[in-house]
Amino acid sequence: MSVKGFKSHPYIPNSVPEVEQEMLHEIGLNSLEELHEEVPDEIILKNEMNLPEAFGSEYELRRHVEKLLKKNSSCDDNLNFLGAGCYQHYVPAICDEINGKGEFLTAYGGESYNDFGRFQSLFEYESLMAELVDMEVVNVPTMDYSQAAATAIRMGSRVAKRTGVLVPASMDREKLAVIRNYCTPDLTIEEVKCDEKTGCMDLADLKSKLNDSIGVVYFENPNYFGAFEVNSREIANAAHDAGAQCVVGVDPISLGVVAVPRSYGADIVCGDLQPLGIHMNYGGGQSGFMATMDDPTYVLEFPSRLFGICRTNTEGEYAFADVAYDRTSFGHLRDKAKEYVGTQTALWGITAGVYLATMGPEGMKEVGETIMQNAQYAASKLAALPNVSLRFETPFFKEFVLDFNKTGKTVKEINKALLEKHIFGGKDLSGDFPALGQCAMYCVTEVHTKEDIDTLVSALSEILG
Amino acid sequence: MKKIDRSSKVRTGFHQAKWDEPVIFELSKHGERGILVNKADPKVAEAVEGVNALPEFLKRKEAPALPEISQPRVLRHYARLAQETLGADVNIEIGQGTCTVKYSPKVNDQLANLPQMREMHPLQDESTCQGIMEIMYNTGKYMCEISGMDRFSFQPSGGSQAILGMASLVYAYYKSRGEEKQRNEIITTIYSHPSDAAAPHVKGFKIIYLHPDENGYPDYEAFKAAVNEHTAAFFVANPEDTGVYNKNVLKFTKLLHEAGGLCAYDQANANGLLGVTRARDAGFDMCFFNLHKTFSTPHGCGGPACGAVGCSKELEKFLPAPLIGFDGEKYFYDYETTNNPSAIGKIREFNGVAPVVLKAYAWIRSMGPDGLYQVAKTAVLNNNYMFKKLMEFHCVDAPYIPGKQRIEQCRYTLETLAKETGVGTADVQRRMMDFGMHYWQSHHPYYVPEPMTLEPTETPSKEDIDEYIETLKYVFDEAYNDPEKVKNAPYQSVCHQLDESNMDDPAQWAVTWRCYLKKFQ
Amino acid sequence: MKHLGLIVNPIAGMGGSVGLKGTDGVAAEAARLGAVRHSGDRAEKALRELLPIKDDLCVLCASGEMGEALARKLGFPNVQVVYRSEGETTADDTIRAARAMEGADLLLFAGGDGTARNIYEALGEKTVAIGIPAGVKIHSPVYAIRPEAAGKLALRYLEGKCRRTQEAEVVDIDEAAYRDGRVSTSLYGYLMIPDERDYMQHGKAPSPVSEHAQQESIACDMVERMLPDTYYLIGPGSTTRTLMDEMGLPDTLIGVDLVCNKKIVQMDLSEQEILKRLSEKPTHLVLTPTGGQGYLLGRGNQQLSGRVVKKIGKENIHVLATKEKLFHLMGRALLVDTGDEEADRLLCGYTRVIVSYHEEQMCRIATE
Repeated sequence: MSVKGFKSHPYIPNSVPEVEQEMLHEIGLNSLEELHEEVPDEIILKNEMNLPEAFGSEYELRRHVEKLLKKNSSCDDNLNFLGAGCYQHYVPAICDEINGKGEFLTAYGGESYNDFGRFQSLFEYESLMAELVDMEVVNVPTMDYSQAAATAIRMGSRVAKRTGVLVPASMDREKLAVIRNYCTPDLTIEEVKCDEKTGCMDLADLKSKLNDSIGVVYFENPNYFGAFEVNSREIANAAHDAGAQCVVGVDPISLGVVAVPRSYGADIVCGDLQPLGIHMNYGGGQSGFMATMDDPTYVLEFPSRLFGICRTNTEGEYAFADVAYDRTSFGHLRDKAKEYVGTQTALWGITAGVYLATMGPEGMKEVGETIMQNAQYAASKLAALPNVSLRFETPFFKEFVLDFNKTGKTVKEINKALLEKHIFGGKDLSGDFPALGQCAMYCVTEVHTKEDIDTLVSALSEILG
Repeated sequence: MKKIDRSSKVRTGFHQAKWDEPVIFELSKHGERGILVNKADPKVAEAVEGVNALPEFLKRKEAPALPEISQPRVLRHYARLAQETLGADVNIEIGQGTCTVKYSPKVNDQLANLPQMREMHPLQDESTCQGIMEIMYNTGKYMCEISGMDRFSFQPSGGSQAILGMASLVYAYYKSRGEEKQRNEIITTIYSHPSDAAAPHVKGFKIIYLHPDENGYPDYEAFKAAVNEHTAAFFVANPEDTGVYNKNVLKFTKLLHEAGGLCAYDQANANGLLGVTRARDAGFDMCFFNLHKTFSTPHGCGGPACGAVGCSKELEKFLPAPLIGFDGEKYFYDYETTNNPSAIGKIREFNGVAPVVLKAYAWIRSMGPDGLYQVAKTAVLNNNYMFKKLMEFHCVDAPYIPGKQRIEQCRYTLETLAKETGVGTADVQRRMMDFGMHYWQSHHPYYVPEPMTLEPTETPSKEDIDEYIETLKYVFDEAYNDPEKVKNAPYQSVCHQLDESNMDDPAQWAVTWRCYLKKFQ
Repeated sequence: MKHLGLIVNPIAGMGGSVGLKGTDGVAAEAARLGAVRHSGDRAEKALRELLPIKDDLCVLCASGEMGEALARKLGFPNVQVVYRSEGETTADDTIRAARAMEGADLLLFAGGDGTARNIYEALGEKTVAIGIPAGVKIHSPVYAIRPEAAGKLALRYLEGKCRRTQEAEVVDIDEAAYRDGRVSTSLYGYLMIPDERDYMQHGKAPSPVSEHAQQESIACDMVERMLPDTYYLIGPGSTTRTLMDEMGLPDTLIGVDLVCNKKIVQMDLSEQEILKRLSEKPTHLVLTPTGGQGYLLGRGNQQLSGRVVKKIGKENIHVLATKEKLFHLMGRALLVDTGDEEADRLLCGYTRVIVSYHEEQMCRIATE
């Protein structure tokens, strides 16, 4: 009899030796080794894997992982001003309560009959999000903002039946890399110049690049530098005049106070749900959404799942099921730009739904107001420091770019000094955008108090001398 | 009181929670607040313009029509919806074949909820992230040991994105050789997950399918006929969802390597192979694991998840950046691959779903090499035990390799049941829900007629498996005695049979509440 | 109120009961041999399934044994006789009765392959229909597996629970040949039937795609492959017809058409005409398996003879088929039977079948 294996492991009921033997006998075998008879001997692993032995108890495991995590120094332990796609907002306790419920946490691919709550809560998420962005159709969430943007761009190109895509040069380099990987080789991505003064898209350059091969013009509000595209309407009009689709990325937490992209001409809207009640999780809380109007031309282009409300055979009863079966392969260009669906970020969708239901219209308005006030206050105080200025003179939401070129110090040096004071300074842009020189992007939200901001200001003041 | 009768394991008294819970918008009451939001300090508010700084066209004129609900009512609503969801915590998970729904240890969830995980910003200085970087680095090492590969990336955030990751690696490899236009075909099998075809399409590949041979293996002669100078890669799972292990796998990988192609292993079905055999040893150049399946992290209603992609030394330079390196003292972000113009670049923002990696790490550390081996062996034992019991039923059969062992799951056929009673696999599925059981058929189209795919991982006990089998038998007996009963199921689930006739009609479908109101009020 | 057309071929199945391989033209002989009529019983089993909605149904039928008697017997309250037959019914009666029912929401007919041919001749694809299997020969997939299944599908369709439709083949074998022990099926056309595939879906899988959408995808791929100034012979079948639709061209459903630069060169070519054309330009052949057994050549497309095939060459033959069609073959080979051994041999072996846009399946071609 074999001694290999881990008998009576708490996660493996049938590793109890007597049960194991009983079951082996039931199928006419004597030992575990006799299983896997279909795997040829030449590829059977002969040695034990070189992995650390199991911890002797759950307690030891916990101590070990806690010790590792204590090597981290989190945004709870420091004052954080990093944003750039992942944001520190307040997470209402109810959000963690709901997404921590075992029924939701451990469900997967059941039917409406027995996973009814999963279907309803995701339908509600779609519906709540639709109100926030003032569109009619929202998908069950995808991976992250980048994936949502990449997919929205592919959708737009199919609607327009063209393969050229224009994106702003101000775009997040990471997002652009994801989009490039996802759209190559089918689509061609070209960047539109960024106006040096405003940080916005250069309208003249856009117009010069628009032609009948361009299917999609993509831009963001606020853009990567935190600034609003002040010419949003002109960009959308130019895109439409050239026969292109207008795809706009947004920060959903801004939409209690900021106009929705449809009001200035967006055809498809996308963004990230992470600001809506989801912890930063070292970048693991990202979750992408797309939204369109309820027009089959667009709806049929969604590669994602769309849960809709449906009847049952019982009068007065309703349930939820997938809308539009034939979506994944209709028409022509769609076939040349097929996409796929799989496990994505459903739990974050449910969480964002809880957040929006809890915040309500008033909460969303207030959080938008607080964020803008705090961010503007921080920007004005910081820009008042000697040799420091705001890089762009454009209205912004929660992020803004500080220009340190005149300080004689690099952002790297400044951030290192801030870190010693337990402050995470803004994202260093000098690597991704060398033309900006020494600039950093700061993010200020509703979690920052006046004291927090003043602490940052005085720390920077000290460091810059 | 009489002695409680436990002679039958079938939960005939089961009824799932059914709350008739309204759609959340219907709970709205004007003026109610779910939460109070902190305002800016009055001195701050005074000093700035706030929303007035917005250009006029960017000011939102009408508030979003979100519901107004006080907090206890929001909580109760979602708590009820949770009760109407059959998560693995409350269910004997055997019926979601191919999904590897196993126990997700609670301690791992708690660890991932610590502030040193949750409150981490991905762009923090390396010096402040050493803990999570160590965890991700070591998990990568463990994955290498388990698969025989040389390096892993955790950026892909699900199985399908992992397949895209593998297709992107294949594309990058040929691009670096200037052959990306010539090598444009990927061979896969009809039993493969639909994403094995759909994701490579995104990278512009053509897909060539193989039919199984009489053993259920991919047809080798067809494979030989398919391989040519256009073949970029072979994407395959082993075992496929039939649970049949392809004994000739080395022949396939050898032939493709001789033809200059790459071999990619879809390890969605890896649970029965941990510590038993490795992807690299079977000749594969790359593979992926679903951490949310094989490595126990909770499925979360369909993500967040992680499809860790690993590859050989030769392909490492194409992996998405950054990877995590270790210089003997500290962990660092390795952006080396960004300098490679052929490399993938990015699959996902930041560096993957860290809490999922952390949970997988904790699970591996609670298992050790012996535990992983035990997982594989028990999963296979459970499956073959169940296989033997089910094959004793007259109406159950399974195609291919009669009398031989399956790995960790099996795709059965209920063709006999359907022929003799008119009750098909979809009817059985709905009826199983009346006893609180998941049940799955197969992807479309059904290559196995009236399919039933069951995967009893290492998690259920013998009694649990027996309960599932007894419940199935109960339903089969019903099919012979009272087929209408089965066909009209479910009765004790949250809702009755769906009428999906409006779901592909644009005039009637309603993806959101506002569309529903527009179309039906 | 929904309108249901009902046609019972009263003599269907008689031949089988006395060992005749069909009843076409031999009903009298069958009766002489003591054959019993049972198609009415089979139709009844199907029709009973519709009793729950009988008040919402208007049954359009032919007189007497052709349907009226049955509808009255089962107590359907609204019965309208739209066609009267006299004496022993013939194929002609079936055709005329069906024509009288044009516009019905659904046509239920009981019979065999011969009856299906009559229905097709009368209505083409204008009316959605379901066949109740009652004849000797049931090779056409327009028939449900059992009479009850036909009734249940009809119920689901009339109740609006199953709304999608698909084309199903009407095939028949040559009875004279069959009685001599030879099997020779031909494709005669298509009827529209309700699509009853069970769509219950699993949470993580993408949705299945309708047959027509699959055919469009295939057509899209084929159009992209077409070379300029090259002849394309388009064989019979609904998948190849979708290809013609894709190019905006008319087609001969059960004939061979010739296309060049996405324009029709000639329609419904004979073998001689094809051979003549082959000398004009490089020529490719586009085929889809037809008939119930997966014949690629030799059934319903005899004009594509061994001589034609040899001249075109295997490398210039494109095979199209939906995944479902291949799936129904359960791994069996696609068959060729041109009557020319050399040509058949040339075609045997593995080929790539286009199953969707940029998707192919490896399939074996064999002679049996």
